[in-house]
Amino acid sequence: MKRIALLLLAALLFTLALSACSGGDELVCEDAIGCVTVAPDEPITIAYMLTISGATAFLGEDSRGGIQIAIDDRGGKLLDHDINLKGEDSGCSAEGGQTAAQKLAADTQIVGIIGSSCSSEATAGLPIISEAGMLMISPSNTAPALTDKEGTWHPGYYRTAHNDLFQGRVAADYAYNELGARTAATIHDGSPYADGLQGVFANRFKELGGTITFQGAVNVGDTDMRPILTNVGADSPDVLYFPIFEPEGNFIAAQSKEVAGLENTILFGADGLLSESFPSGTGPAAVGMYLSGPYVEGDAYQQLLAKWDAKFGGPPPSGFHAHAYDATNILLDAIEKVALKGDDGTLLIPRQALRDAVTATAGFRGVTGTLACNETGDCATGEALGIYRITDAEVSGGNWPPEAVWTP
Amino acid sequence: MEDLRRRLDGVSWVDLFLWGLRIVIILLIAVGAFNTLTSGKYTITTWISLSISGLAQGSIYALIALGYTLVYGILLMINFAHGEVFMSGAFTTVFIANYFNQTGFLNTYPLLAILILMVIAALVSMSVAVLLERIAYRPLRGAPRLVPLITAIGASFFLQYSFRGFYGSGFQTYPTVTALSGTFTVGKVTIPVVQVVVFFAAIALMSGLYWLVERTKMGKSMRAVSEDKEVAALMGIDINRVIVFTFAIGGLLAGAAGVINGLYRPQGVYFFMGFIPGIKAFTSAVLGGIGSVPGAMLGGLFLGVIESIGPNLVLEGLGIDGANQLKDAIAFTMLVLVLIFRPQGILGERLSEKKA
Repeated sequence: MKRIALLLLAALLFTLALSACSGGDELVCEDAIGCVTVAPDEPITIAYMLTISGATAFLGEDSRGGIQIAIDDRGGKLLDHDINLKGEDSGCSAEGGQTAAQKLAADTQIVGIIGSSCSSEATAGLPIISEAGMLMISPSNTAPALTDKEGTWHPGYYRTAHNDLFQGRVAADYAYNELGARTAATIHDGSPYADGLQGVFANRFKELGGTITFQGAVNVGDTDMRPILTNVGADSPDVLYFPIFEPEGNFIAAQSKEVAGLENTILFGADGLLSESFPSGTGPAAVGMYLSGPYVEGDAYQQLLAKWDAKFGGPPPSGFHAHAYDATNILLDAIEKVALKGDDGTLLIPRQALRDAVTATAGFRGVTGTLACNETGDCATGEALGIYRITDAEVSGGNWPPEAVWTP
Repeated sequence: MEDLRRRLDGVSWVDLFLWGLRIVIILLIAVGAFNTLTSGKYTITTWISLSISGLAQGSIYALIALGYTLVYGILLMINFAHGEVFMSGAFTTVFIANYFNQTGFLNTYPLLAILILMVIAALVSMSVAVLLERIAYRPLRGAPRLVPLITAIGASFFLQYSFRGFYGSGFQTYPTVTALSGTFTVGKVTIPVVQVVVFFAAIALMSGLYWLVERTKMGKSMRAVSEDKEVAALMGIDINRVIVFTFAIGGLLAGAAGVINGLYRPQGVYFFMGFIPGIKAFTSAVLGGIGSVPGAMLGGLFLGVIESIGPNLVLEGLGIDGANQLKDAIAFTMLVLVLIFRPQGILGERLSEKKA
């Protein structure tokens, strides 16, 4: 009995001593889902969760570059602390997203995550990230379900990429109203992104009064598209919509010229193909093709490209570096806004307050336009979309980006 | 009567199941093909042009498949990094091809330029294959057969990411050769020139290999080593030299296939491009009978044509959605089917206990 009392006394003294050391009542975490404490000489840790290996590595490397430039722009420092960028490869698959999310969630020093690249990764990884109290801002997820409360949305999810509900609709409107198309065929590659996008397109096209002649799919990794194109060509549709990625999109565009029945079919792609390597990679077959995608323009974007060229050399490999740049800035701005600073330089970053600060983002003048986040995390308004037409200048002249022929 | 009963006694459930499976698959194929052909959606010219493009694709599979089959014939190991040997040549040469295109050399002397490109790609792939053998496989020669197999998979990743490090993760594209970009018409069928060129270039290379294996002294040594390594060594054959030579020849063909593939499908040259063709070529090699040189050639052409006409012919007739997405399913079902009927492959020999 005596021994237990002694033990209790010792424990009490120890706790008192500890609380005295940590600076008393100055920095207290009162956040509903916890705080991140950054000691005076420690860096603030943010992480990326992107696809940086495998066939879609270009997408993740593109976004990672945007993040690094955003950090460089602040001299690698935030609130007098260094910014430490960690990262996990999520491989553009559901399994990859889940594994990466688990690894990141285990590191309690991570304040926020920029990612993921592919919608499939987010669908699997988001519940884990959300549960850990972190937030993630995706530069390139476009699947509608991710910001739908009835869908796969979880608290803490945001994106600077546009929602495909806008993109598919804009594409269908343009095809029906501006191009005068009445029949269309679609091809997807089995990914939630492409399948969702072609679905939105097809529904809108039918709603407008058009006919969908064929809805098919190819595999990621296929090179011979003649069989499916032969299938499409049997009905000679006015428009062929294939919102997929490189290199499958290049193969479809190039081989469509070899297939009977597609001589007058207009090719139409989406932002997955809106990259500098697509027109030159596809060759003359890409001339006259239409692409929907983010409409990014202005001096700020030119400056970003110049910084990219200085840092990495050449142009960015895909079309979402500006979104990643904006996403990083939204995150860093929000940290700056909510972080509590102690006398000795200790930072306390409350997690729920951070989420609230990102949700409250409005009138953010980003490279990709003016961003305002809604409560389920859609920060892009969807008006910053454009339809691009690829001409000879992009295919053989090295011009990029192509001129936007239409904006809604 | 007695005779029939004795024969039935020898039939096991597994045999019955396999027979059932054969009948079901053949029925499915027949019904699918019948439905498609009677629907009249496609004309005969469609099928011919699909078959021709299938042959061109298949000849590329065949060239890569030879690398698998040669190595298997000698070492009884599956060199899963062979797809990357193909990639290394194709990926390296794409930059030189674009340089030739810029200077105008490619379109002024197309034949010479393509030959130079093929030689460069062949040399790169050959060096990769030989180094692979020297560094990754030779130290494991005596190990159980699973060990080199796993090593091959590791080597495959190593090569993919090394080349990504060398040239970046972006997509490169071979230039279009104007001399090959036209079409010509036979009867009602329009055939792109490049498909014919690809097919005959591959056939020429394969004939060269066949001559090498069947008619030269080195080929004789290769066949001897594949028959029995120890006895061949006793006959004074330098086993290591033969093995290195085999890897070199496999690499040479894969590198040449890289350029031929670039002529046929210029797009999508990147560090991961070897994976799918590698798997398909391996399938071709098994289809044709692994270890058999003519088998790999036949298996490649067969797989190319099946992949090209299969989805539209069979799956569409069965009313399956997304038929073209199941292209690979067709290829691998064919593999299963062939292996049920002829476990040794189309032209394979039954392996003796010792070799298997």
